[in-house]
Amino acid sequence: MENINLKINGLDVSAPAGSTILEAAHLAGIRIPTLCYLKEINEIGACRMCVVEVKGARNLVAACVHPINEGMEVYTNTPKLIESRKKTLQLLLSNHDKKCLSCVRSGNCELQQLCHEYGVEDEDFYEGGMNHYELDDSAAHMIRDNNKCILCRRCVAVCEKTQGIGVIGPNNRGFATMIGSAFEMGLGETSCVSCGQCIAVCPTGALYEKDYTGRIIEAIADPEKYVVVQTAPSVRAGLGEEFGYPMGTDVEGKMAAALRRMGFDKVFDTDWAADLTIMEEATELLDRIKNGGVLPMITSCSPGWIKYCEHYFPDMTENLSTCKSPQQMFGAMLKTYFAEKEGIDPKKIVSVSVMPCTAKKFEIGRDDQSAAGVPDVDIAITTRELARLIKRCGIEFTKLPEEEFDNPMGESTGAGVIFGATGGVMEAALRTAVETLTGEELANLEFTDVRGTQGIKEASYNVAGMDVKVAVASGLGNARELLNKVKAGEADYHFIEIMGCPGGCVNGGGQPQVSGDVRNFTDVRGIRAGVLYRNDEAKAIRKSHENPEIKKLYEEYLGAPGSHRAHETLHTSYVKRTVNK
Amino acid sequence: MPSNKSTVQFNGTKEQETELLAVIRELKDEKGALMPIMQKAQDIYGYLPYEVQKIISDETGIPLEKIYGVATFYSQFNLSPKGRYRISVCLGTACYVKGSGDIYNKLMEKLGIVGGECTPDGKFSLDACRCVGACGLAPVMLINDEVYGRLTVDDIDDILAKYE
Repeated sequence: MENINLKINGLDVSAPAGSTILEAAHLAGIRIPTLCYLKEINEIGACRMCVVEVKGARNLVAACVHPINEGMEVYTNTPKLIESRKKTLQLLLSNHDKKCLSCVRSGNCELQQLCHEYGVEDEDFYEGGMNHYELDDSAAHMIRDNNKCILCRRCVAVCEKTQGIGVIGPNNRGFATMIGSAFEMGLGETSCVSCGQCIAVCPTGALYEKDYTGRIIEAIADPEKYVVVQTAPSVRAGLGEEFGYPMGTDVEGKMAAALRRMGFDKVFDTDWAADLTIMEEATELLDRIKNGGVLPMITSCSPGWIKYCEHYFPDMTENLSTCKSPQQMFGAMLKTYFAEKEGIDPKKIVSVSVMPCTAKKFEIGRDDQSAAGVPDVDIAITTRELARLIKRCGIEFTKLPEEEFDNPMGESTGAGVIFGATGGVMEAALRTAVETLTGEELANLEFTDVRGTQGIKEASYNVAGMDVKVAVASGLGNARELLNKVKAGEADYHFIEIMGCPGGCVNGGGQPQVSGDVRNFTDVRGIRAGVLYRNDEAKAIRKSHENPEIKKLYEEYLGAPGSHRAHETLHTSYVKRTVNK
Repeated sequence: MPSNKSTVQFNGTKEQETELLAVIRELKDEKGALMPIMQKAQDIYGYLPYEVQKIISDETGIPLEKIYGVATFYSQFNLSPKGRYRISVCLGTACYVKGSGDIYNKLMEKLGIVGGECTPDGKFSLDACRCVGACGLAPVMLINDEVYGRLTVDDIDDILAKYE
């Protein structure tokens, strides 16, 4: 591509044509602060934090959207700019609930960070009216506190553009503008799918998950309760970021050690249940293909995707695999199989899950998710909440030894761990389905066509003389595009994997927040997914059907995949919803 | 059904709905169709209550929030119907300095509605307006086409009583 030459702060810089000033500066190692800008998601140049001086320009220009020209001279840190940015921050603070000490984002708030950098000493510099809003706690998974909202519209953009949902947006005008839903409905009354991507992109404490850390501390302290924890694959790929490790650090061993020190009676792994999911799902797929069932079959691991399908594609709920998600399969087996084996009353078990996901908080309350007559999972927390818990319990995470999960439900294969990356469930299912169909061992386990962070991936495999067509989508906007193709008869897949969040669970709405500054120039999804693929590669067993503890589960309890008992405990049902009530 | 609905019962007819659906069918594939659809919908119903916005959303696939966001941004769109007696209080500069803000507040208190709304019996609706060209009479309000000038807060009860 053609390069453009310009000067930034007197330095010669060369950047590809079409770059913005912000991108060119980044290439030259110069940081321009941003607040509303999110690459490819929210490029509206509204907040005025990224203003720069361009020689010859009448006004300060927004670096995030202003393209570079040949010979341009840009200044990014003049006294005028520093004063302008400081004023912008002071104006934001004049209508901001400044209870930073008790704010969930204290310490990683982008507004707080910028105020610190720009030396905002008087947070009450501008007096005047302030808006006061009631908290919206109507949704199962999150809270909106508009008193902390700076109207950057990142949440609006990710909901509408990335996810194709658009249940939140700016209402009213001028000083009365607030982000909310139509007719001031609570989020819980809308077709929100609980994906939590809005929380992931919020720069302040305006959006946050419902925190259940207190319930866990109480449960552990109760001698009557038997408290068991499971951790999803992606948690180990993100948790380290909360403790200062570089993005892409696998903290599986330290995480297991931390959970054990917090006092859980058993520290288990959702990966075990991911292997179980593959057994059931691959069996269901082969059954549908052989017996003329509804195709394409679509995965059901992602509760955000499930709710999206119910609202936006209610005529396709029959395409959804009836398999419960790994979280729910785990809970179901914990309170039936494990409880029986250990002689524990399932009512005394507190089933805790740590998930990279906020929709899991919604999923645990769904109907038909109570294999033992009590909820399969009692408390679902996010990766962020786990980090808070570890800190609250006084555990020095970085000094912990690497430990293993407990048995039997901590034993997993490489197939289970890659569930957290887009394409991972597909690859894991293919490893098992292909070997089941051919009866031969796979020469190469890695189905690289379905790997990578692209929104939509397609592949076709010849298995035992049959062409198996598959597709993978992540992010609900991509899911919609793919499903519309299927509905229009333009594609005839057998099996589709859909994950609600772009990139899959590693980029879930419950993962550590990554500031816009970093996110705009980092392949967060790819780096975190790398943890899972390396983890898989290092495993001795990499196929779900070879997991010895899963084999034992079928021998001792379930019989065969797809058995009557498996159906009663591991499968579920869906409802048809509408977009507008 | 959202909790924050219009104060007035929706009384849309089948004919109105048929007309709106025809408008949507005609316009929906054009770029930037939302505003013209909303304008026509308001022509048909007189206002844009939940029930009307929902039809637009269901038929076009545009999120309801997007429609509501537009409806609450532009003051030309009404979320409540107009009453049999439409009260407009001038909040233009001359009237405002002469105390029309107090008159407006008194009306809101007296009618139990806020600006832009209509009383549940459909009798009075209240709006603020800008300069009716009678600054010499400030502060001014209109009820339908009747002009009331040189108002004080104490005049309100008697004026409203005329419309009982």
